[in-house]
Amino acid sequence: MTGICIYFQVHQPYRLKRYTVFQLGSDHEYEDEQLNTQILNKVADKCYLPANEIIHRLIKEFPGVFKVAFSISGITLEQLQRQRPEVIESFQRLASSGQVEFLNESYYHTLAFLHSPAEFSKQVELQHSKIRELFGQEAVTFRNTELIFSNSLATLIGEMGYRVILAEGAEKILGWRSPNYLYGVPGSPKIKCLLRNYRLSDDIAFRFSNRSWPEYPLTADKFAAWLNSTKQEQLINLFMDYETFGEHQWEETGIFEFLRALPGAILKYPELFFLTPQEAAAQFSPLADLDVPQYVSWADTERDLTAWQGNSMQKDAAKSLYRLEEAALRADGELLNKWRRLQTSDHFYYMCTKWFADGTVHKYFNHYASPYDAYINYMNILDDLSGLLHEKA
Amino acid sequence: MRVLMLGWEFPPYISGGLGTACFGITSGLTSLGQEIIFVLPRLPGKPAAAPIELISADDLPGAGSFSEPIVLAEEIRQAAGDLAGIEINSFASPLGPYLTEDTYGEFLGLVPGDWFSPSPQAASEETLLLTGQYGQNLLAEVMRYASLVGEFAGQRSFDLIHAHDWMTIPAGIAARNRSGKPLILHIHSLESDRSGDHPNSSVYDIELYGLKEADHIIAVSNYTKNRIIRFYRIPEAKITVVHNAVTHQEALRTYRIRKPGLRKIVLFIGRITLQKGPDYFVEAAAKVLAILPEVTFVMAGAGDMMPRLIERVADLGIGRNFHFTGFLKGEDVERIFALSDLYVMPSVSEPFGISPLEAISYDVPVIISHQSGVSELIRHALKVDFWDTDALADRIISVLKHPPLGEELTGAAREELNKIHWTGSAEKIIKVYEKLALET
Repeated sequence: MTGICIYFQVHQPYRLKRYTVFQLGSDHEYEDEQLNTQILNKVADKCYLPANEIIHRLIKEFPGVFKVAFSISGITLEQLQRQRPEVIESFQRLASSGQVEFLNESYYHTLAFLHSPAEFSKQVELQHSKIRELFGQEAVTFRNTELIFSNSLATLIGEMGYRVILAEGAEKILGWRSPNYLYGVPGSPKIKCLLRNYRLSDDIAFRFSNRSWPEYPLTADKFAAWLNSTKQEQLINLFMDYETFGEHQWEETGIFEFLRALPGAILKYPELFFLTPQEAAAQFSPLADLDVPQYVSWADTERDLTAWQGNSMQKDAAKSLYRLEEAALRADGELLNKWRRLQTSDHFYYMCTKWFADGTVHKYFNHYASPYDAYINYMNILDDLSGLLHEKA
Repeated sequence: MRVLMLGWEFPPYISGGLGTACFGITSGLTSLGQEIIFVLPRLPGKPAAAPIELISADDLPGAGSFSEPIVLAEEIRQAAGDLAGIEINSFASPLGPYLTEDTYGEFLGLVPGDWFSPSPQAASEETLLLTGQYGQNLLAEVMRYASLVGEFAGQRSFDLIHAHDWMTIPAGIAARNRSGKPLILHIHSLESDRSGDHPNSSVYDIELYGLKEADHIIAVSNYTKNRIIRFYRIPEAKITVVHNAVTHQEALRTYRIRKPGLRKIVLFIGRITLQKGPDYFVEAAAKVLAILPEVTFVMAGAGDMMPRLIERVADLGIGRNFHFTGFLKGEDVERIFALSDLYVMPSVSEPFGISPLEAISYDVPVIISHQSGVSELIRHALKVDFWDTDALADRIISVLKHPPLGEELTGAAREELNKIHWTGSAEKIIKVYEKLALET
């Protein structure tokens, strides 16, 4: 028997507005409200609402059998509550089915663990409360921003009481081993680790509509047959952005038909079944410990941190940001919130200069003309916030 | 293939981008086995840098009468590498790439705007002699040059003609009429780039005639290609874009300079004319200085807008931080690049713009206007609209305030620069040659 464990990531940052040095000291609104609303509306209409509707039907069609998990960043939940409450309601309907697990992450979708474990823990707690408030669940599974993972992170998360953590099934941590098993974390027996099967996940997320891919077109039956061919192994983890459905892969590609047909196609095979991350941790025992002293992520071909912390601008921006931690905590209230929103990993992603190898993906998600403009804008805003924090102190 | 190249300036007399580009293109073409008969206007008796070497003095037709061999500095010859395959011919003429009706008049000792009455103050014996020899005005001189080149073309054999910018258009057409060989017009700059809203209509007419007559057009950028389509209604299929490149040997002559004082230096270098947007540089400087008072702005170059800008700098009260160096050449150019912390090219309309590439070769970060051809080639530069002095000042301040920005820019831009060679441009030009050879 092989479990199929599906998790979708839902995240939309607060994008920053164009902010020049001449606004310093007089303009303390940093975000591009219009752009953020516009993108949120687009994604809500093209992806979240139609995909939730399909999943809701599938749950009713396969009661107690079809299961998925979601991780929705706190700042996305905030934006949806304010702008599109009906999307929150549709997620709540999924939550009440008992077949959907909500995972924890850092509320502001940040790299805080790399810079301030104390701040990181705080954000995890905030997200925990948010999930409890909206979906009535006590999260026991954790996934870090962009699947960034290491031994020390897993250990801390274990100490915070979580039972499962997600990571990228990258060769550089697995070696010859398969991602299709539950793994343990060295020295932390309480927490288990689930690894993304990136080949099968990316067949849907990246390659689905690629006409030059030999497997094009991908049908639910074909994909289910691939899953079934690995049935000797414990479980297959399919982790991807929820925006795959209708946004990265447009409706015209047939991605929604694929989603609609997939559970039925999978359940035709008696050896395959669905399970959530927390069920996987409860059901299986780890095959072995996975030793990950260096950070690994799900980004780009390098699977490392260079998309957010690779160049000197990104490092400088992060250093300048976390230098304000003490002042921000002291200031509390709206200023603390502003500081935390500036931690969102996307701001650093926009500054990435690895354009030639991974450029296409980066450019797709970037509203700046260049990574240099992203850095300039960010540093101007940080300068202003720094001024506000010092006034307050 | 043997090409009759109607070019401009050859080292060591290079006064700007057009000469640099003609030389780069020619060395790229010859390194790929093309034979070039290079023809250019040049004033007789101009001093040449020693040591010198004569090239192809013997086989020139009518040598002495209208053609004289050009001299080439040894060091430049070395810099250019193997120059085999180039034969250089110069015709006595004061034509130069940046000549205008006014400056030509000044050259002849005439009062600008009044061509036919010599100014009593300026008309020396020497200039009176010159007026006899050369055309009465710029257009007449362009036509005189064309007839010299036409005659030359009738005596030589070649496969095609490659002419650069408007002043060689009549010469190119004359050569084509004589030889029956196809004409390629290489556009480095248009009258509308140089003169903004007040183009010289005779120059525009010559450009229009040349663009229509040419068998194919090479534009130095998509920016220029689009302007040729828009302002001259030339069909897109007739135009090929070939970007300029840099000569790496030259670029590597970087030297480190210990900086006097702690002030950071922001550099503008180029002709101080409307086209180059020097006024936007001044306005942005004032905005920067209001926030960062300890910065030095340097404007290197000369041009008709200089007096006005000196006044403007005084009006803005930023003279203490703003320096005009006048026209720089040779080592002074290298020195000023090496001294600078940031290079700004705020051009209003720049068909290509080679100097940002030079700045990059000195590890100086660059800010360029979107209204430039070079912005199509270099990704790792800050880009603004020339008129947006707020955005320009914002970026200047950021580069000066945040060292990681400059580090990232220069590192990545240098990698980009290393991939840009004249042989790459020459390869594209040869494809155009081959296509034309097939068609005719």
